Parts: sequence; structure tokens; C-alpha cells
Amino acid sequence: MSPLLSTLANASALGYRSLVAGAATSFESIATVSVGSGGSSSATFSSIPGTYSHLQVRGIAKVVNNNAIAVNGLLQFNSDTGSNYARHLLDGNGSAASASGSASQTSIVVCPFPDNNLSTVRFGAFVLDILDYANTNKHKTVRSLSGYEMNDATFGAVRFYSGLWQSTNAITSIKIFGDSRNLDQYSHFALYGIKAA
Amino acid sequence: MPKATYDCIATTTLGSNTQTVSFSSISGSFTDLIVVIGGAISNQGASATNPNITFNSDTGSNYSVTWLAGDGTSATSGRQTSQTRALFGGFTTVRGTAIIQIQNYSNTTTNKTFISRNSTNDSATGQAVSAWVGLWRSTSAITSLSLDSGRSDAPWISGTVFSLYGVKAE
Repeated sequence: MSPLLSTLANASALGYRSLVAGAATSFESIATVSVGSGGSSSATFSSIPGTYSHLQVRGIAKVVNNNAIAVNGLLQFNSDTGSNYARHLLDGNGSAASASGSASQTSIVVCPFPDNNLSTVRFGAFVLDILDYANTNKHKTVRSLSGYEMNDATFGAVRFYSGLWQSTNAITSIKIFGDSRNLDQYSHFALYGIKAA
Repeated sequence: MPKATYDCIATTTLGSNTQTVSFSSISGSFTDLIVVIGGAISNQGASATNPNITFNSDTGSNYSVTWLAGDGTSATSGRQTSQTRALFGGFTTVRGTAIIQIQNYSNTTTNKTFISRNSTNDSATGQAVSAWVGLWRSTSAITSLSLDSGRSDAPWISGTVFSLYGVKAE
């Protein structure tokens, strides 16, 4: 078999390239945050332009801790620390499926972040979509597919999250952080913008 | 300055039934890889067949996976550890899809985690919609990957499409 059969034409069908021949792609890298040695309390994307239709954050992360657990990876918009967020979860923990939700929260959950006592080289991973982020007529809804795996009988989960920010403000900044824990070295977050035709 | 990304690296459409499809010589010039599969697997019985992924031809017991599945009636979750391959979905003879996100695939300081979502459009076979998180316990950069149907008597059917995309963070 000859596996590498490059056909850029097919990218338009399932990827984010414009269907107009010769047009630029509609998926753009905006900014990246990599956590360096010593860790960091958070990763923040600021001054996000309103020129896209949707945003996507792709990341891997773990936190500094000594308890061998996974904590919630959290998100806030525009430095809003009020109880203006709601979140829901569909969870598969390796033995059972469950769902939960809560309103009037101070953040949205995007991913389980394992700590460095579980492993120094294994991270949680997520793809977060933020839809219609610059629209000033509606509250903002997000979704995330996420998970972490430890090759362990206890630790590992695949999770769908949804989140609501009850604000009509355009999103101009995104803060990602661990629940009461610092982000560890090599955590990596990348922000992308998706344009509509 | 934002830069355009999300490039199609390669794509292949099966001209005949095939058990394993591989992408090789993957460059390290992207940040994440995305595999998109649209198609079906032949000849299974009452249950969906679970295809699997391996990286860099590693067939050691270096893979684990946790999944969440719904069949229209109930939701279930399961896990496999220390496997020789990682499952990433459930397919039937009815066309389905899987999108596999492989994060930071060329990073040589971390093990590799992927997340996958999958649907089969065949609720009678148990895994109509599912999500998967998999781990490859290696710090090697991923330079090749193989997508196996999971059973020698149940290959990917002719017409199944496999596409590999790269996304680069600036």
C-alpha cells in the first residue's frame, strides 16, 4: 500500500479549507501558550480579535500536586470571576457512565488535568469549541471533548463538557487554570480562529 | 499574526477490502494530527467491531484506552490497559465515522494522548455513539500510524476514506 496519497482537494470536504479554489484556509492559528520550567498559575489568551466566527482551543495539560489525582481544568472569560457560568458533564471513568451539572459557577470545566504525582509524562488532552464568541446578542456556549489515560485501573476518563457564560460581551480573553493547582511544565495550549464563508 | 493551518497531509480511499491502512513518513512540522475516517467494516456479527490504532509500528504492550459509549438506550464505560494496540471506535457494516485527535504528536518529552469520537449509525449493534481517550506510553515523536479493522475476517470495506490532517500552532 502507498499510504501517503496527498490530495489537498479532499481537505475542503472535511477540513476547514474554503470550498473556493485558491482561497485561503478558514482555520487560523492565533496564539500559543507553553508552560515553562517551574509551572504557572494559569495560561491566558488576551486581546483576542473579533474577526472570526468561532474559536477552538486545543491543549494538553497536567498540574503540580502531590496527591496523585486529576483535578478539574477550568476556564474563565474576560477576567469574569463572578458566578456567571454553568457547566454539564458526561463522564466515562472506565467502569461506568455518569452525568452531572451545576449552575451559578465561577468557571467552566474543560478537561481533567492529572497531576505530576500520577505521571510526569502523561497529560490530559482536550479540544474546546467556543461558538459565536464575538456575538453581543447572546450568551456564550462552549463544548469540550477531553480525557486522560494513565494505564491504570483507577485513573483515566473520557469526558464531554458543555459550558455557558451568561454574558453578552464579546470574548476577548480566555484564562485556563487548574482547580487550586498550578499548571505544570510542558502544558501546552493553542488558540485557533475559524472564519465563516 | 494569525497563520492559516489545518492542512491535509494525505488521504486514501480504499479500492478493495483492506484490514490495515497506514500513514507513514509523517513530518514533525505540525502540532496536532487529526485522522478522519468515513466508512465501514465488513462481516462482523451482532456487535460492532472495534478498530485500533498503533504508532511507529510499536506492537508492545504500551497502549491503554478508556471509552464512553451510548447505544440509544443506555451509556457504558470501559477500559483496557497494557494493550498492544488502542481501540478508537466501533464500526459496523453501516457507514460510520471516527475523528481522532492526536495532541502534540511530535513532542519528545511526553507520552502521547489521543481523543476520538465515533458514530456508527447502527444502534442495534451496541456502540452507536462513543468517545475514547487513548495513551501510547512513549516519548518518541509519532512518525507513522496504522489503523487496523481489528479482525482479519472483517476488513475495512472498499470505499472507506481515511484522511490525515495537520494543525500547526504558532
